[in-house]
Amino acid sequence: MTDTLSLAPKTSPRTLPVDDRGGPRQPMLIVEDLKKHFPIKTGGAFGGLRTSVKAVDGVNFTVAKRETLGVVGESGCGKSTMARLLSHLITPDTGSIIFDGEKVGASGGISVRDLRRQMQMVFQDSYSSLNPRLPIVDSIAFGPKANGVKGSVARARAEEILGLVGLNPRQFARRYPHQLSGGQRQRVNIARALAMEPRLVVLDEAVSALDKSVEAQVLNLLARLKEQFELTYIFISHDLNVVQYISDRVLVMYLGQVVEIGEVDELYARPSHPYTEALLSSRPSMDPARRRTEPPLAGDPPNPVNLPSGCRFRTRCALAEEVCAKVAPVLTPLPDSPTHPVACHARQPGAGHSLSPAA
Amino acid sequence: MMSRSARQAATPAPEAPAMPQNRLVTVEDLNVRFLSRDGDVSILNGVNFTLDRGEVLCLLGESGSGKSVTLRALMRLLPGNARISGRLEVDGHDIAAMKERQLRPLRGSTVAMIFQEPMTALDPVFTIGQQITETLRAHKGLSGGAARKRALELLELVQIPNAPARLKAYPHELSGGLRQRAMIALALSCDPKLLLADEPTTALDATVQIQVLLLLRELQKELGMATVFVTHDIGVACEIADRVGVMYAGRLVEGADVGRIIKEPLHPYTSALMRSTVHAGMRGQVLDSIPGAPPDLAALPPGCAFAPRCQSARSLCVQDEPGSTSLPAGRTVRCHIHGAEAAWRTSPPLAE
Repeated sequence: MTDTLSLAPKTSPRTLPVDDRGGPRQPMLIVEDLKKHFPIKTGGAFGGLRTSVKAVDGVNFTVAKRETLGVVGESGCGKSTMARLLSHLITPDTGSIIFDGEKVGASGGISVRDLRRQMQMVFQDSYSSLNPRLPIVDSIAFGPKANGVKGSVARARAEEILGLVGLNPRQFARRYPHQLSGGQRQRVNIARALAMEPRLVVLDEAVSALDKSVEAQVLNLLARLKEQFELTYIFISHDLNVVQYISDRVLVMYLGQVVEIGEVDELYARPSHPYTEALLSSRPSMDPARRRTEPPLAGDPPNPVNLPSGCRFRTRCALAEEVCAKVAPVLTPLPDSPTHPVACHARQPGAGHSLSPAA
Repeated sequence: MMSRSARQAATPAPEAPAMPQNRLVTVEDLNVRFLSRDGDVSILNGVNFTLDRGEVLCLLGESGSGKSVTLRALMRLLPGNARISGRLEVDGHDIAAMKERQLRPLRGSTVAMIFQEPMTALDPVFTIGQQITETLRAHKGLSGGAARKRALELLELVQIPNAPARLKAYPHELSGGLRQRAMIALALSCDPKLLLADEPTTALDATVQIQVLLLLRELQKELGMATVFVTHDIGVACEIADRVGVMYAGRLVEGADVGRIIKEPLHPYTSALMRSTVHAGMRGQVLDSIPGAPPDLAALPPGCAFAPRCQSARSLCVQDEPGSTSLPAGRTVRCHIHGAEAAWRTSPPLAE
């Protein structure tokens, strides 16, 4: 019902200035060697040892305009830290982020403030990401007002956007977050992000807390809004089925590093990294007549404080050999598929692994 | 405003008394209300099911559908403001009528439970070994040495690597997957006849979830425990269940063998849930979502609770609450479409 509520795309003229500077061929986002290590103290009576959790450790990728990039990985692999680094909610240690051809935070580039307006986030917990003391219409109008839009204009626009996300403004605009269901609150969060007229939306587990019947509504909404507003999405989730449904390309992370990136159909049909393969075959079968019999991996991911040497996956990998403990593999395109980079010695020519393809 | 016919149908159909000694759990017309200052909330509104020894029943439903409350009612682990009525029988014990003192020896030995969050279920100030041996000594009266030996066997049973060292570990020293295995070992320590599992794999990562799921399936077969497994994930149910009970707004709306319920769901809610669940090969399609949201339990609509979201709803559905209809092959469904009478077919469609 709410899904088909089709307010004709009566998009009012943009209230905030935005320009597509790089043109259609310029990637929306280029991330180079992004790193964030969190210093920690471990045990010991005398202050302990100073070490660090390598939450994001040298991540490179690009996102094309109007593309949806899915990001998958287990908890603790650095997905959410990466999302926060992209919008500078956490300051990166090193690395550069180039937004539509402009380097973030550099002189002559785009300021963090301008970046945040064009790159919005939607978080998993729909309740904690809204101000409980503001009616939702004010929450939605807050961002534009802070960016210099006149109050009355911002509120009118907020009501319009509420309609676009399937909430009747006359009924809902004055409600407080606790008066809404989880699905409705997540729609408000999407509306709040859209009010800033972003070009890139980072969705960090945005549908994970929703019930299945409501999840489908929100996924449909996201697909429709993407078309209507020509958005680019980074969709972070641990749900492999949802990522497959929504993404154009998929990035797989393991312990702070990217292990594989590929077109969604190719990656799901032909996973190349042993971790991707294991992750995909960990999905329940959906057919009680053909149940899984063997778990694809044993054990849990290792502690991100004491990372294995060389390839970080080698401790759980069936293909691990001597070279994997010595040399860390680099993300390199597959010989037969230049758009499908993988970080695995067994897939790279001349890497010294017994399964390496001939150079 | 329940009609006479619906009320008759609501009484459970006579079960074939083939092997009554094989029956472990009988739940009849289970109602749970939570009392509060702002008025009472009916969480469960007449839940009926039975469970045989060694059988796995999955309760499938969305948050707030009453699946966890049903599970906790089987052990009477409900807060003080809960009021239970109906029949609750586990292994010949009338759980609903028992005194708290009588329940104690039952909990942990006949009926054991594993929870979603092992970190909050295990005691953080005792080692895994201490917690298991304490249970063994209390329920089975084992000596310290024998209990420690048994605890080690249990950790090996749940495939915890390096078990002797892990007995001395505190819960926070273990990874999520190992903690969940330790909790399973604790639950199994007194050879329960009935294992209650409340979303035990939901908080785990995908690669660990499948390990724990397969372990539970293996142990359940090996030890012949009956299991009630609560989940919101159809995929998990497919992996572990013999039978599935689908819950909606405090009622069991459909019950059937797992294979049947996946292939041909009968209740409109079950089939809508299947259609709206994202799986492979749906890319680019508009998802067939269920409109609206689950109802507020404090203000349930009259008639069928799903009617406001149901595509097949007719005026009968918003007037009368459907009773449970028993169908061949042990299926049950609570929906007027499958009711005994033709009342639904002759009922006028809902006005828009």
